Amino acid sequence: MGSFIAIRLVRLVATLLAVSFLTFLLVNLLPGDAINALIPIEAQQDQEYVAQVRAEWGLNDPMLVRYGKWLGDAVRGDLGESIVTSRAVSSEIAHRIPVTGELMIVTVVFSVLMAVPLGVMSAYREGSRLDQVISGGAQFALSVPGFVAGLLFIYVFAMKLGWFPATGWTRISNSISGNLMTVTLPALSLSVIEVAVYARVVRSDLVTTLKEDYILSARSKGLRDGFILFRHALRPSSLTLITVVGLNIGLLLGGTVVVEFLFALPGLGKRLLDAIFQRDFMMVQGITVFVAMVYVVVNTLVDLVYLVVDPRIRKAD
Amino acid sequence: MPDNVANSPLLEVDDLRTTFTIPTGDVKAVRGVSFTLDRGRTLGIVGESGSGKTVLARSIMRLNLGTNVTTTGTAAFDGNDVLTRSPSEMRQLWGSEMAMVFQDPMTSLNPLVRVQRQVTEHLCRHLNLNRSEARQAAVDLLREVRIPDPDTRLRSFPHELSGGMRQRVCIAVALACEPSLLFADEPTTALDVTVQHQILNLLSREQADREMAMVLVTHDLGVVAGRTDDTMVMYAGTVAEYAPTVSLFADMRHPYSEALMRSIPLTSFPSHTRLAAITGRPPDLIDPPTGCAFSPRCPYVQDHCVNEAPPLVEIDDPAHRLACWTPVGSPEALTAFEKNLAAGLPQAVAVDVSTTWSPTGGVDG
Repeated sequence: MGSFIAIRLVRLVATLLAVSFLTFLLVNLLPGDAINALIPIEAQQDQEYVAQVRAEWGLNDPMLVRYGKWLGDAVRGDLGESIVTSRAVSSEIAHRIPVTGELMIVTVVFSVLMAVPLGVMSAYREGSRLDQVISGGAQFALSVPGFVAGLLFIYVFAMKLGWFPATGWTRISNSISGNLMTVTLPALSLSVIEVAVYARVVRSDLVTTLKEDYILSARSKGLRDGFILFRHALRPSSLTLITVVGLNIGLLLGGTVVVEFLFALPGLGKRLLDAIFQRDFMMVQGITVFVAMVYVVVNTLVDLVYLVVDPRIRKAD
Repeated sequence: MPDNVANSPLLEVDDLRTTFTIPTGDVKAVRGVSFTLDRGRTLGIVGESGSGKTVLARSIMRLNLGTNVTTTGTAAFDGNDVLTRSPSEMRQLWGSEMAMVFQDPMTSLNPLVRVQRQVTEHLCRHLNLNRSEARQAAVDLLREVRIPDPDTRLRSFPHELSGGMRQRVCIAVALACEPSLLFADEPTTALDVTVQHQILNLLSREQADREMAMVLVTHDLGVVAGRTDDTMVMYAGTVAEYAPTVSLFADMRHPYSEALMRSIPLTSFPSHTRLAAITGRPPDLIDPPTGCAFSPRCPYVQDHCVNEAPPLVEIDDPAHRLACWTPVGSPEALTAFEKNLAAGLPQAVAVDVSTTWSPTGGVDG
């Protein structure tokens, strides 16, 4: 078990190094000179000033040297400062992360809470009309992108029914109910696909589990179906779900960019989009590495969750 | 063991038929089986894979999962037909009145649930025990099935136990609510040979101590010998021969029983003795033969066998029932065998070249 964790920690560090280097490389390969973001076009006539700014930002150094400098600062928690706003990248991230973080957590929790009962019902009545309706619904939901669902929800729940605000964000520190109102529609929009994916995963795993001998043996003990489903079958059927939830965090991060844009939420995705348009390479670099870190850490945690769920892995190490 | 507990039989199965509907047709897995089992008695059901013995046991317990299964006939448990009971009525019977020990202890325990919960969860449900009572009951049960250090073992997960230990746990689970009928479905097939005897002895001892009726399903005649009161030999979903175990072994009359017997290796055989395998394969149960199901593999087959299925009838001993036109040892069988051998029928030739057998019926050595 100790080496199980150690191996994953080494993997985590290696992944972060690779991601940060690749991001650095890609940002450098982006068309457009960073100097355009640093000083207005008119001021670029002054060659001396341009050279001075270049030296100041270290733009003349070879890329590897710049990466080394950036990495040295990054491990100390300093991700540099935004070229556009001159604010520290880390404080921008810290300011934005509650929005995106909450959106993602609400989405994942809501999706799992919706998907597990749907998947369980579907698997329990495999082949029935109910199963067909749920599976068909999931198939349909899978083909609805988040922004389409978002537009639909805005139209129905914000404009027609007026239950929720169409755009904007209320911080949880200002008003809890207000915060819940603003997170609901964006999270629902992101959940549509997630629920479909998770419900299908739960169903297919559970269908397999329900054919296991130990389920038959639980039945032969006279246990109730509900007890067998939730106390015997669900846990062995949840390993794929856990994996998929972890992997989907990445997909979800992509999804938040679009949904934050659609609902005008001041989140990380929106900030990343702005930074790309502004050639704010420090910002792009910082946010990308941060997101990668979250992704890798979440998936490492997922690996550790296996240990909790399946005692055989604890032993197998 | 005398059946003095009650007069009515505990289990009375009459013309039980189980059919699985699959896309290619109806698989007639059990085709009209009748027998009775008295309280505290033991019955061995013997047959090769696909003979319907497991399906029969599961049909009586109503554990054939799936919507494509139909079971007809009656299986009266304590005078009431179980086949017509509702699922919730069955749940009252399962575990508390009828229990089952499954073939593979590696897969019949939930790998993610500790032994304690697996042994106690139905105790709590059927007997309304609280946590500490259930725990104590579990410790007692594990001790009874000879699991050393029960307190530690209760906290184990199944993968931390050996195969034999797991089967002991399964037996403890089955015995927990003191059922009056226990089905043991090939309980030793998945175990090491050295452990098989211990498990069988444990089952026999518990059966006797609790005066519990037991149905022991196996493919191995050697397992039922000396352990069960009666033995039923099944072939292709039907009963081939049914007799008190002692008289069956003394006077085996069905060619299939004899063929099973012939396939048991004996230590008295010289090294490298070839065992007489039963030639051919079990019949297709979607479209079973019109005549005797064993006729395509029987060394004593005659025209009559192919055309008409023999009924299960009592022979000289009223407790001994047989479904065969040419019983082993009869003059008809001998004539048929000579004729089949001369005609070069593979099943007759295979028996003839086998050094362990003589066509007068029985095993040499």
